[in-house]
Amino acid sequence: MSTELTESDVPSPTGPASAPSRRTFIATTTAVGGIAVAGGLVAGPPPLGVEEAAAAEATPSGRVSLTVNGKRHTITVDNRTSLLDLLREHLGLTGSKKGCNAGACGACTVLVDGRRVNSCLTLAVRLEGAEVTTVEGLAPGGEDGELHPLQAAFVEQDAFQCGYCTPGQIMSGVGCIQEGHTGSAEEIREWMSGNICRCGCYVKIVRAVEQTARGK
Amino acid sequence: MSPQPQAAVGAPLSRVDGRLKVTGRATYAADHDIKGAVHAVVVDSTIARGRVTGIDTRAALALPGVLKVISHLNAPRLAYRDDPNLNNPPGRRLRVFQDDKVLFHGQPVAVVVATALETAQHAASLVKIGYDAQSPSTDMSGSDRTNEPATYARGDADGAIGSAAVRLEMAYRTARNHHNAMEPQATVARWDGDRLTLWDKTQWVLGTQNELASVFGLPPESVRVISPFVGGGFGTGVRTWPNVTVAALAAREVGRPVKLVLTRKQLYFAVGYRPVYEYGVRLGSDRRGRLTAMTHDVRAETSTYEDFTEAILVAGRMLYSMPHVSQTYRRVPLDVNTPTWMRGPGYANASFAIESALDELAHEIGVDPIELRRRNEPDDDESSGLPFSTRRLRDCYTTGAREFGWHRRNPKPRSTRDGDWLIGTGMATGVYDVLRSPAQARVRLDADGTALIESGTSDMGPGTYTSMTQVAADALGLTMRNVTFRLGDSRMPPTPPHGGSQTMGTVGSAVQDGCDTVRRQAIRLAVEDRESPLYGVDPDGIVVRAGRLHVKDNPVRGETYQRLLARNERTHLETLGSFQPGESRFSMYAYSATFAEVAVDASLGLVRVRRMLGVCDAGRIISPKLADSQALGGMVGGIGTALLEHTVTDHRDGRIVNANLADYLVPVNADIPDLRAIFIDGEDLEAAPIGVKGLGEVVHIGVAPAIANAVFHATGRRVRELPITAEALL
Amino acid sequence: MYPFTFTKVSDTREALNAGRRGGRYIAGGTTLVDLMRETVERPESLVDISDLPLREVTVTERGGLRIGALVRMAEAAAHTKVRTTYPVVSEALELSASAQLRNMATIGGNIMQRTRCTYFRDVTAACNKREPGSGCAAREGYNRTHAILGTSDACVATHPSDAAVAFAALEATVNLMGPDGERSLPFADFLLRPGSTPDREQALRRGELITSVEIPAHPRPLKSGYLKVRDRQSYEFALTSAAVALHIRGGVIREAKIATGGVGTVPWKLPTVEQHLVGERPSARLWAQAAERAADGARPLAHNRFKIALLKRTVERQLRTVGGTK
Repeated sequence: MSTELTESDVPSPTGPASAPSRRTFIATTTAVGGIAVAGGLVAGPPPLGVEEAAAAEATPSGRVSLTVNGKRHTITVDNRTSLLDLLREHLGLTGSKKGCNAGACGACTVLVDGRRVNSCLTLAVRLEGAEVTTVEGLAPGGEDGELHPLQAAFVEQDAFQCGYCTPGQIMSGVGCIQEGHTGSAEEIREWMSGNICRCGCYVKIVRAVEQTARGK
Repeated sequence: MSPQPQAAVGAPLSRVDGRLKVTGRATYAADHDIKGAVHAVVVDSTIARGRVTGIDTRAALALPGVLKVISHLNAPRLAYRDDPNLNNPPGRRLRVFQDDKVLFHGQPVAVVVATALETAQHAASLVKIGYDAQSPSTDMSGSDRTNEPATYARGDADGAIGSAAVRLEMAYRTARNHHNAMEPQATVARWDGDRLTLWDKTQWVLGTQNELASVFGLPPESVRVISPFVGGGFGTGVRTWPNVTVAALAAREVGRPVKLVLTRKQLYFAVGYRPVYEYGVRLGSDRRGRLTAMTHDVRAETSTYEDFTEAILVAGRMLYSMPHVSQTYRRVPLDVNTPTWMRGPGYANASFAIESALDELAHEIGVDPIELRRRNEPDDDESSGLPFSTRRLRDCYTTGAREFGWHRRNPKPRSTRDGDWLIGTGMATGVYDVLRSPAQARVRLDADGTALIESGTSDMGPGTYTSMTQVAADALGLTMRNVTFRLGDSRMPPTPPHGGSQTMGTVGSAVQDGCDTVRRQAIRLAVEDRESPLYGVDPDGIVVRAGRLHVKDNPVRGETYQRLLARNERTHLETLGSFQPGESRFSMYAYSATFAEVAVDASLGLVRVRRMLGVCDAGRIISPKLADSQALGGMVGGIGTALLEHTVTDHRDGRIVNANLADYLVPVNADIPDLRAIFIDGEDLEAAPIGVKGLGEVVHIGVAPAIANAVFHATGRRVRELPITAEALL
Repeated sequence: MYPFTFTKVSDTREALNAGRRGGRYIAGGTTLVDLMRETVERPESLVDISDLPLREVTVTERGGLRIGALVRMAEAAAHTKVRTTYPVVSEALELSASAQLRNMATIGGNIMQRTRCTYFRDVTAACNKREPGSGCAAREGYNRTHAILGTSDACVATHPSDAAVAFAALEATVNLMGPDGERSLPFADFLLRPGSTPDREQALRRGELITSVEIPAHPRPLKSGYLKVRDRQSYEFALTSAAVALHIRGGVIREAKIATGGVGTVPWKLPTVEQHLVGERPSARLWAQAAERAADGARPLAHNRFKIALLKRTVERQLRTVGGTK
């Protein structure tokens, strides 16, 4: 899924921190993958109920192998299933949220091959070989371990209220920082505008992203 | 007030549930993984008025995995008991699948249940509905019908305006707004025999429990509602909407747990909204701006089947001093779904009219807008004759003017320019009622020195988990981490709805009451226990810090809860704390003053908010870090109301044409500059035993008129309709 | 969403075969999946072309720029060559959608983007574009965001793409590959005005694939930029927009390339305004005079009359921004 462009062709408009390169992403996921290997790779029968599986067979479906938070899944999905619904309804990863299901709110944002995308508009069947990172896979230490710096900054800055858009904000913020669009508060505002927060926590979201980008 | 030292309360603490929220482990309604759950998708009416003449379900039922299609043709008759405990408006609430009538565009007419979500969605699109459609009436401006108006009068407003030195007459209008909380309404419903469990998005588990019990004719104790996290509410979850009934009905019909998540589009007609208002103002004053009279002629939309009213008239009676007031509030019944409360209900709309009118008067007579408000500051509540419990509005003005730099303002409109941008500043006052309803909280102190507090309230974002933990920690004398606060289960003690800015005051006071009681139980146990170092000490002289009871003036003399309870062979101490408001002899309101600076590109019709300051008199602030977030969020919502938000109906057939987040515009990050909030110190013990007046509404009310007033100051153009868009400025 | 079969192709030949059999190409999918979920689009077969080798940005022999159809919007916007030679393209791309969507959507998909007309997106409304012959609900309905230029009795929907406005201004060509071979179309001929067949939006033949968008070389120096006017400051489609490119030498405008968005059923080129500028010296007065012609032929509807004035001012402002005021 990476671009054919060479790295020198993909300059950052704002500085040395470049657009997400494949290389940096692999470096991120190897560690996560290591944990998954220790726990045994998950592959094989999809976690579908008998009835669901039967229904899935009756409609066009595809088999796809993808890695989610370092864990390998091989699964048969209805061609219509979005990555978001795959995560939420089949893989038990309900951290990614459905806010609009139309790419108009950002609550479903995850990283696919290191890039932030709307998982609601991503068909799961297209993700053969993809590496997906969701909010559940962000903290290197697992559930009770150390938080990702941006997660910690969100707590410290109180960058959320209801918390529903937060997983998407955080995944988008990780993408924004990797892309290097954090040169000023104004730049962060623009590049974080794909994530709506109805509680209105934008001022603090910007602070959290800014703080994390500086600490990088 | 508690005699306990204040440690957690007032400290800028981070959210206790922050870790859950940033790791994606906070469980909102649709996140609950209920074994065997199948998926339901609602089919919406595509006419606004008429009858369903036929439903063809063959194509839908032919899909593998479709379990059932339910409509009025095959749904069982439901009890739909009337229940005085419910908060539905007067009228006859929508009864799903009980008859063939269509009352508004988007009304649920069928529901499809299937094993897979994709199948249910597809099947729902295959259900064909036949209609006998009539021409709907959905445009308030074009309708003469009104329900029985609400009125208020004191003095002779018409006479006073007729003889006033300065007379103004204006017509304001505010658009229909939708809450658009990020979490859509969602329910997982499961029946175990005759008992129903709902994992639901709601701001009031007790209300949802009672509504569903009344709909299904069950005793309330047969319905359990669980709602630990709510992804934003702003009022949309205060009332229980028909989707919850649909989920429960579907689950009963298919004999399986059912998950029903409304689509974003459905949130524009399946749940309520802030109604359109037309608000006519006439006012009279003397040359110095001392008001003599004001009339308020208000029209708002409601549905044909329920008469929704809200507190649109209150501010006009009590905010400013004047002898003569006349008010009329008419609701226009239309072929629409019923409106509901939305952040700052009523008050926010009234404030746009009243605060714009004050600004117009200030300009007319050449008086500074803040000075004008000071000149009309009442000594007591002229609508009730009661004294104010606290009213620190003058402090709000003074502090706000100083911190915002109001004195630098050139009062002349269109006097400041920055390139293509015209710069203006404006301010407005906000006021909101202190709602007081009974609330309870169960408090248990365990022998291990930890405490568990439970109350059937909610946390849609303000931080109930955190602030209640803070109150409990101080009242019990425990550290924050030894206190757990749980909410969102109808089996927990009852509370009022989590809305109207009343949770902190009512539930917080119940929590404090319960914790005070338990602490006193422990103290009594100690002073009556011969083996306690505190034996015989005056109970009033004992405080608890970090789980250790000790003599206030002699910290060495004391012991821990653990030792005390262990020695007395008590596993725990427990009580039910409560808040029971009595008759008050005071007029109780929270206040705010909002200051805005805008830049207007009059050539391109653009308005940008450059900075904003909100100053609030909300009583005591329990959790300053979270209160700050709530105040800034209120401003963001106000920016949306002022400049962006507008639900559009196609009056030909009643459909909402911008029912999505790409076309119904709410503010995005790039719209929001640095915002600042200041809280005026001071508790209000009349309002609530813990001294708070409520925050969530008053930080939003007054924001939109402050922006509109700033737009006038920038451009010299008065816009009397919200939202203010390019059309009005070009 | 209606069920569909899914194939991922690995080379162009395979793609064209699938396309010829009626398969629908999917690249970024941001428009298509959204519209499939609304059941506006009901393809029976999706052909995933994301592995095709159409991802390069190259300088053409004549000094123009060729942007592969599968280059993502984010990549194209950030590309040094695009950014330095045609800032108007970078700006139009970066003022589009959101960072997430720009990471998904491709250049080819972007110019194929379908209208945001609310009635088009609602399968229960009359729409000649979605369902030929069913009527146009927008014409007498709510039409604040609709087109004032290039409309027909059958359709008043705008083309939503920003990048397409920049491409139109720069007189780009669209390179195509089909079962019958390769061909190129001027941008102005690629996107079709609605006329009586608003369902036909592009001059594509069955199974044809966009391989790249090619911007011709323009005389240097070329100053260019994109102005997008909208209610919200980000993440919104344009009310009006203007893509302006000016070649000024010796204090005289030698070449002017201007197109506008948010106002036309297709990106709306302004040849009259261009002609007015060429041979003149930049001045505030010139910008105003030229922009006065921007809305020539506009046919406003009930709710979008304001776009006439707004369009003129948008063009005037962007002329000033790009051309300066002396």
